[in-house]
Amino acid sequence: MKRIATALSLALLLAFSAQKTAWAQTLQTVKQRGQLICGANGTLAGFGLPDPQGNWTGFDVDFCRAIAAAIFNDPSKVKFVPLTPANRFTALQSGEVDVLSRNTTWTMSRDTTLGLDFAAVTFFDGQGFMVHKSLKVSSALELNDASVCVQQGTTTELNLADYFRSHHMALKTVTFATADEAVKAYDSGRCDSYTTDSSGLYGERLRLTSPNDNIVLPEIISKEPLSPAVRQGDDSWEDLVRWTHEAMLDAEELGVTKSNVDEQLKSANPEIRRLLGVEGQFGQSLGLTNDWAYRIIKYIGNYGESFDRNVGENSPLKIARGLNALWTKGGLQYGLPVR
Amino acid sequence: MAAIADTPVLYVRTAPAEQLLPPPASSGLIGWLRANLFSSFGNTVLTLACAALILWAVPPLLRFLFIDAVWSGPDREVCLASPAHPEPGACWAFVRVWLSYFIYGFYPIPARWRVDVFFAALAFGIGWLAWLSAPRRDLGAVYVFIVLPVLSVVLLYGFPAIGLPAVPTNLWGGVLVTIVVATVGIVASLPIGILLALGRRSELPAVRWLAIGFIEFVRGVPLITVLFMASVMLPLFVPQQIEPDKLLRALIGVALFASAYMAEVVRGGLAAVPRGQYEAARALALTYWPMMGLVILPQALRVTLPNIVNTFIGLFKDTTLVFVIGIFDFLRTIEAARGDPKWATPVTATTGYAFAALFYFVFCYGMSRYARSVEARLSRSDRR
Repeated sequence: MKRIATALSLALLLAFSAQKTAWAQTLQTVKQRGQLICGANGTLAGFGLPDPQGNWTGFDVDFCRAIAAAIFNDPSKVKFVPLTPANRFTALQSGEVDVLSRNTTWTMSRDTTLGLDFAAVTFFDGQGFMVHKSLKVSSALELNDASVCVQQGTTTELNLADYFRSHHMALKTVTFATADEAVKAYDSGRCDSYTTDSSGLYGERLRLTSPNDNIVLPEIISKEPLSPAVRQGDDSWEDLVRWTHEAMLDAEELGVTKSNVDEQLKSANPEIRRLLGVEGQFGQSLGLTNDWAYRIIKYIGNYGESFDRNVGENSPLKIARGLNALWTKGGLQYGLPVR
Repeated sequence: MAAIADTPVLYVRTAPAEQLLPPPASSGLIGWLRANLFSSFGNTVLTLACAALILWAVPPLLRFLFIDAVWSGPDREVCLASPAHPEPGACWAFVRVWLSYFIYGFYPIPARWRVDVFFAALAFGIGWLAWLSAPRRDLGAVYVFIVLPVLSVVLLYGFPAIGLPAVPTNLWGGVLVTIVVATVGIVASLPIGILLALGRRSELPAVRWLAIGFIEFVRGVPLITVLFMASVMLPLFVPQQIEPDKLLRALIGVALFASAYMAEVVRGGLAAVPRGQYEAARALALTYWPMMGLVILPQALRVTLPNIVNTFIGLFKDTTLVFVIGIFDFLRTIEAARGDPKWATPVTATTGYAFAALFYFVFCYGMSRYARSVEARLSRSDRR
C-alpha cells in the first residue's frame, strides 16, 4: 500500500514538474507552434471585436499582434480565442492561451490567488459619467441630487453610491437588470446621467438617439487598470509581454511612429538607437532578435497610434487619452527605459 | 287504367325544385364568420380582443421592419433619425454589411465556398430523406448518415492532402456553427436515444441500470453545466498536448444531452404500444431486434413523432448556449456585431435580434410544418 502511495505521489510530482517546465517555456512553445494564441474579448468595441470580414480588431487585439510581430516578424501569426468573463482565467491556467489580452482588471486577489501574473497596465479604465448636454454640467461634482441610471448588482452601482456619499451629494439611483435597459432609460430621459466604465461609456453613447447631445464627464471615480495576463511561473515570458508594452510607450515618447520608423533607424539619439536595436543586445536578452521593437512599431505602431486607431480620435469611439496620456502630457503611461 | 296513367299526377314534380340559396346568415363570408369567430358570446369577445391585439401590434411592427426600414448604406449615419426620417426603422443595411460574418464567422474568406458546398450537400441530403416519395431513400440514408459526415469533416475542417487547407474550429462561427451543432445533435440523438430507451426497458439488469444511470444523470444537470464542465474543467485534467477541440467538446456535450431527452421521448412511445403487439411479434417467432425493428419501433416512433420534433426544435434553439464557452454561434455573432461602433445606433440591436428571430422562426416553423405533414400521412392508416 505504502509503495503504491509513493509511486502515485511520485507520478503526480513528475506530472506537475512536467507541466511546470512546459509552462516555463512559453516562448519556446510559441516559436515551435509558429503561432501565438491570444485570449481576446470578441464583443467589446474598440478592444476586441471582429469586423464584418471576420478579422479581429481592437486595442487588446493589436497588443497580441505586437507580441507576434516581435517574435515572428509577422503580426498575423496570432490565433485569437474568444473568451467569456467566466472562462478567461481557466483558459490561461490550462494553457489554452499563451496570453490573456481581454480588458481584464488587475486586482490584488486575481494577482495573488489565480496563478497568473499581470504584465503591464495597457489601459487605465475607470467608472465615468455620461450626462445630457442640456443639463449644463461639466463635472461629476455638480451632480448633486441627480438621478443616475446604472446596471444592478455591479461594482459600478457600489462605486456610484460610495462616490456620492463621500462627496456629500444626494443620489437617486435608478437600477436596471441589463446595461441595455439602463442606456435606453437614460436615452428616454428617465435619468440625468448614466454610469459605467468609461471604455464602455463611449460605445454606449453611439447607441443613443442623438449622441452629440450627450457628453462624458472628465471624472473617473474608480480604478480599473486593464492589463494583459500570463501564467505565473514563466518570468521570461512575462518580461516579453511587459516589454512589448514598454517599447510601444517608449516609441511614442521618442516620436518613433509606424511611418518614420525606418528613418529613425539612422537617428543619433541613443535612446532610439537602443530601442530599435541599432545598439545593444536588448532583444536577445528577451529571447528575440535585437530588432524586436522595430518590428512592433513597423507593423502595429507606437502606443498612441494603436490607441488613436482603435479607441481614440481616429476611431468612432473617440475616447479621450485622459489617464492614458504619456506621463509627459499629464497621464500615467510611463515607458520604462530600454538600457 | 291507361287513362289514369296519362293523367298527369299533380302532386308529383316532373322537374327538380329550384335550389334555394342557404340563408345569408349561414353561408358565405358571413356564415363563416358566424360559425368560426362569433359563434357565442365568449368567442365574440375573444375574436374582438384578438383583432384589437393584431391591430395594436402588427402595424407598428410592419412599419418598423419594412416601411421605415433602411435597406442599404455605408455606415451608421443612414440609420440615425434625421429630419427626412424622424422615426428610423430597422437598420437592414447593418445586417447586409455583417451578413457574411453572421453566416461564416471567422471562416477564411477564400475557403468560404467549402461552407457553401456543405450547406448545399446538407440541404440535398435532408431533402432526399424528407421527401417521402423520393427515389432510393435507402441510398439517401446511407448518404446522410455515412457519406455526409465524412464529406462535412473533409470540407469544413479541411484535408491538406487533397488541397483543402485545414481550418481550425476556432474560426468557425455564425450560422455554420448553429447548423453543425444542431445537425450533429439531431442526427446523433435519435439513434442513441432509441438505444437508450430500449436499454432502459431491457430485461438485462446491467444494460438497464447503465441506461437509467446515464439518462437520469444527464437529465439532472442543465445543458449549460455540461458545456461548462466540458470547456472549463476538462482542460485542467488532461495534459495540454491532447486537449480535445473546443467545438468537438461542445458537440459531444450537446449530443449526449439531447440523447437523454430523446430516450425518454422514445420510451413514452414504446410504452404506448400495446402488449399484444409484443406478444404477437413473439408468436411469429421474431427475435428481439426484428421484433423491435419491424413491429414495435415503427408504431412507437409514429406515436412520438410530435414529441421528437419538439425535442429537435428545442435542441435547435438550445444551440445558442454554446456561447458560454466562447463559441460564436449565430446569435453570438449578432451580439458581437451590434457593438460595432461603426453601426451603433438606437435601432441596431433591435434589428439584429429581429433578424435572429426571423432565422430561428423559419427553421423551427419549417420543422414543425414538415412534422405535421408526416403525421397527417402516417395517420391515414388510423382512419381506415
